Amino acid sequence: MTSRKSVLVLGGSSDIGRAAARAFARAGYDVGLAGRDVAALEPDAADLRARYNIEVGLHKFDVLDTASFEGFVAGLPALPDVVVSIVGLLGVQESAQSDLAHATAIMRSNYEGPALILGLFAEKFLSRGSGTLVGVSSVAGDRGRASNYVYGSAKAGFSAFLSGLRARASRGGVHVVTVKPGFVRTRMTEGMKLIGPLTVEAPVVGDAILRAVENKTDIVYVSAKWRLVMLIIKTLPEAVFKKLKF
Amino acid sequence: MTLVSGWGRFPVVDTEMLRPRAFAAVADAVVSGTVARGNGRAYGDAAIGAVRTVTMTGFDRIRWFDPVTGSIRLEAGVLLSDLIETFGPRGFLPFVLPGTRFVSIGGAIAADVHGKNHHCEGGFGRYVDAILLRTGSGEVIEASREQNSDAFFATIGGMGLTGIILEATLRLRKVETGWIRERVISASDLDAAMRALDAGDAATYSVAWIDCAARGKDLGRSLIYLGEHAGKDELPAGAAVFPAGKAPGLGVPIDLPAMTLNRLSIRAFNELYYRMGARRAGGSHVVSLYPYFFPLDSIADWNRIYGKRGFLQHQCVIPENRARDVLGEILDRVARRGDASFLAVLKKLGQGEGILSFPLPGYTLALDFPVRGDILNFLDEIDRLVVAAGGRLYLAKDARQSRETLEAGYPALSRFNAIRKSLDPAGRIRSKLSQRLFDEV
Repeated sequence: MTSRKSVLVLGGSSDIGRAAARAFARAGYDVGLAGRDVAALEPDAADLRARYNIEVGLHKFDVLDTASFEGFVAGLPALPDVVVSIVGLLGVQESAQSDLAHATAIMRSNYEGPALILGLFAEKFLSRGSGTLVGVSSVAGDRGRASNYVYGSAKAGFSAFLSGLRARASRGGVHVVTVKPGFVRTRMTEGMKLIGPLTVEAPVVGDAILRAVENKTDIVYVSAKWRLVMLIIKTLPEAVFKKLKF
Repeated sequence: MTLVSGWGRFPVVDTEMLRPRAFAAVADAVVSGTVARGNGRAYGDAAIGAVRTVTMTGFDRIRWFDPVTGSIRLEAGVLLSDLIETFGPRGFLPFVLPGTRFVSIGGAIAADVHGKNHHCEGGFGRYVDAILLRTGSGEVIEASREQNSDAFFATIGGMGLTGIILEATLRLRKVETGWIRERVISASDLDAAMRALDAGDAATYSVAWIDCAARGKDLGRSLIYLGEHAGKDELPAGAAVFPAGKAPGLGVPIDLPAMTLNRLSIRAFNELYYRMGARRAGGSHVVSLYPYFFPLDSIADWNRIYGKRGFLQHQCVIPENRARDVLGEILDRVARRGDASFLAVLKKLGQGEGILSFPLPGYTLALDFPVRGDILNFLDEIDRLVVAAGGRLYLAKDARQSRETLEAGYPALSRFNAIRKSLDPAGRIRSKLSQRLFDEV
């Protein structure tokens, strides 16, 4: 144990998870990385230790295994100061339209799991009277679109959950951040056609998450351009919107 | 297939681009005609696979760091900029810093890049203690000066042709600050410039910027920048011990029309640059390592300034005894031609580390030319001067030299080819550069 602040990153092996972990480690936080495959997290833990001379812990965490959540939280060596949830599953919209198992996996990975685990941490944080929760949601949750509404609806649910949690928790000294990254060049989006000017690299998102925690920002669009794009998309009348294919 | 080019944006060629995330995936990625690519800062066709290009920037982890010795083990995709930002504040810097910090470790090893300290401290390869290499035959070997030493010395400066560099162990330099004590000397012609560089042999860092628009009695007039690592007691009041590097600002968002750089603008730029530098000449002052080592990094995408047809960088090294005559002749031809650019650099080099490393004891001259007109013929003529003087061209910058120029300049080529063959009997590792210059046809 050290006197440094600590962050727990759920989804630590993802590109945004690694970037967030590096950003917090650079700022002097001790880091916990949680993911399904702890052995796969080991190289990242070594990287963080070598770079920043901090303590790094590894924890097994499966976002679909909600039954394990209470044990997971109770089993942590200490309650962290910050919890960042980056877990999610983009999935394939066309498959999700007819494959119920795939649609369920998308809904559970993007909404049920992240919401339940952050909800659990919120209770612990509220009894302590401090802490910050970060949920990485998506601009896709701002309005369901034809091309990815299964994913988008789950992210919409997660965003709504975070919004309500923020309102409740803020009175108890606990801050909740909603991050909507937009297009990020990561493994998840590999092979997708991304619009260059609206696309950022994972480290930009990692830095934005750290900044939001330190500045107590509520909702972060990583690129200001996305706030504008989503404002337009959100205000289009449904009669027009339903004709759009994107 | 994707159209890809190097930093010079010439040539633009077709290749399959792959960016694996796990070493196991690197194995699957290698087909006949593959080469690794780092951050794409080689100027020509060195980091473009004959068939497939495997980008290694996803491998950006540090394995371990020993703060007592400064020894570090890292994946090949780590960028020098990352090393500087992460370990600079802890008092460690790479021993060799080339003209841009946005190069990968794998690329820096493959090109055996040099910095402003090559004359006294050698190149990047000298500070590499071990390389984890995936050879063309699929074997993963640890190569060092003691173990698989042929593979080690062929990989340093080997332009990625011995296999894919996965990891490396380097030694870092202990520094007190991230600042450089700089001394600027103005030299009115080439003789004065070379004398000033000779006199600067004892300086850790030395480099000359040449006004290549100057002709006649001004031919070769230069500003010589000497540098030493500054101690804490030399810093300006209130300065951070380790300055932050600014992200590249003020970019070149579009390809400028090719005529932006013409005789007049180049002349004017060189004149202004020389006069501003000459005013600072004489005394010494302390500057951040970033503008000292990486002046062009502050301009994002500066390579677009030459227009969409791209540019060629011609970097030769001439052995010490012939340097004055040959450099004078080259500069005279360039000045008469009139379209050389703002980046003309003269520097002394020492012995190279790898079998195919570019440096040899002498003077290196780097010039930029926009791709237009008869530039290829013009450079072929320059190459003849270089070869006749026992010099050679830097492969990391090259996009157009001939096989004859390569063979004349690199007498160790046959030894390199033999080692390459033993590591890769089927000849799977091949780049556009190796097709152009090395491979059997």
